[in-house]
Amino acid sequence: MNAGAEPLLAVRGLTAGFDAGPVLFGVDLDVATGELIALVGANGAGKSTLLGVLSALVRPTAGTITLAGEDVTRERPEALVRKGVAHVPQGRRLFGTLSVEKNLLLGAYLRRDADVGEDMARVLEHFPALKNKLGRDAGTLSGGEQQMVAIGRGMMARPKLLMVDELSLGLAPNIVDRLIDVIKQINREGTALLLVEQDVLVALDAADRAYVLENGRVVLSGPTAEVKDDPGVRRAYLGL
Amino acid sequence: MSATAAPQLELRSVTKRFGGVAAVDGVTFEVREGEIVGIIGPNGAGKTTLLNCISGIHRLDGGDIRWRGDSISGMPPHRIARLGIGRTFQIVRPFGSMTVRENAAVGALFGSADARRRPREAFELADHVLELVGLEAKARHPVSALTIPDRKRLEVARAVATRPRLLLLDEVMAGLNNVEIDAALEMVETVHATGVTVLLIEHVMRVIVGVCRRAIVLDFGQVLAEGEPESVLRDERVIQAYLGERYAKRRHTDPGRDGP
Repeated sequence: MNAGAEPLLAVRGLTAGFDAGPVLFGVDLDVATGELIALVGANGAGKSTLLGVLSALVRPTAGTITLAGEDVTRERPEALVRKGVAHVPQGRRLFGTLSVEKNLLLGAYLRRDADVGEDMARVLEHFPALKNKLGRDAGTLSGGEQQMVAIGRGMMARPKLLMVDELSLGLAPNIVDRLIDVIKQINREGTALLLVEQDVLVALDAADRAYVLENGRVVLSGPTAEVKDDPGVRRAYLGL
Repeated sequence: MSATAAPQLELRSVTKRFGGVAAVDGVTFEVREGEIVGIIGPNGAGKTTLLNCISGIHRLDGGDIRWRGDSISGMPPHRIARLGIGRTFQIVRPFGSMTVRENAAVGALFGSADARRRPREAFELADHVLELVGLEAKARHPVSALTIPDRKRLEVARAVATRPRLLLLDEVMAGLNNVEIDAALEMVETVHATGVTVLLIEHVMRVIVGVCRRAIVLDFGQVLAEGEPESVLRDERVIQAYLGERYAKRRHTDPGRDGP
């Protein structure tokens, strides 16, 4: 963790899985306020499962999750959203036959404050391409625009921690660059980011620190420059 | 590529509109037997729509598609499959209650004229195909136990089990990391070596440079550029419309696989 930065999320000894058996084995992970963290690893390593546990969609069998000093290990998904954890799932998972605007508003479903309009304006500032498409069905947008809506929906919860699963999936290289720029901007504005990404080079270029997950265990973590130079990472993920 | 070989697949001014929008707008190109051709382009450029036109899911609003000299425009998808054009789908939808082997056998039961056979023979063909894509060890597993790279392999296996002469692959490497991509490229080359022409859509340049002899760039439903992958990826218009300036820089540190 960055020296002096406030701990936001602290995961300790997290074990979780499904009927077929555990997927995560004693995972430790920290995210400080305002950090941008990359989570990388092969398919099947447990990255999405970890995000699932952090949004309470998957129940851990052991370990603890602490958010801003509070134990949230046993919280329900909606409580975690309220406490500031938003999840942008792999494959966007938009409501295809609802308008872009309604999809975005669904991100603020739990909020009762008066600032929702302010956040909508902020989303459109980050994604101006959505401005004249608010009335369109989300399913009719291009893949890149759908990913913008999915990230925007996450932002509408006004999270302290935004978790994005597979940002680049199926997207053109220049769109990935644009979305990464927005992710960094959101991060600079104070939201901590946990980014799961198959394009390891893209993830390591964007993040402050990275965790490498292998077969459900953290095998390496540290500043991205160090992780990028690790011979094992270069061989196993970068194919260099 | 031999200049004398007749094209296996020929697209002439192919056009498909949705409402007032031309998703595919006068696309002309050909694919020769034995080639591996890549289609790249921005999201919404019409790549999947083009594949849907070739496999008969969409009816053309203009132009013509020819298979080994004969028009297949307006033919239903199952007849096009029987002629020997197989395809995969971007969103894989295996039969969840069946094993890997049973899923592959479905392709053999309902595939091209060369593939269709009785159930027992269909399973033999399925076994052969699973070996080709490297899934033989998981043949008896339920589909639900497969990882994402393996699900993509199964999607390819189902298409290969239809015994295509031309295989259309729609982003079968999306969501894979570089090392997993290299393994998947080997699979494509193995299938290609059995005499199958390949036309594939990808956003991963490692794939385009790794196996394609030729790349076609679509933008706003039209062909923006066409040629050898290396020269196409250096094309200023392609960088502008699709790759972005940062791509060239990143490629410097991640050169991908060297082209053939």
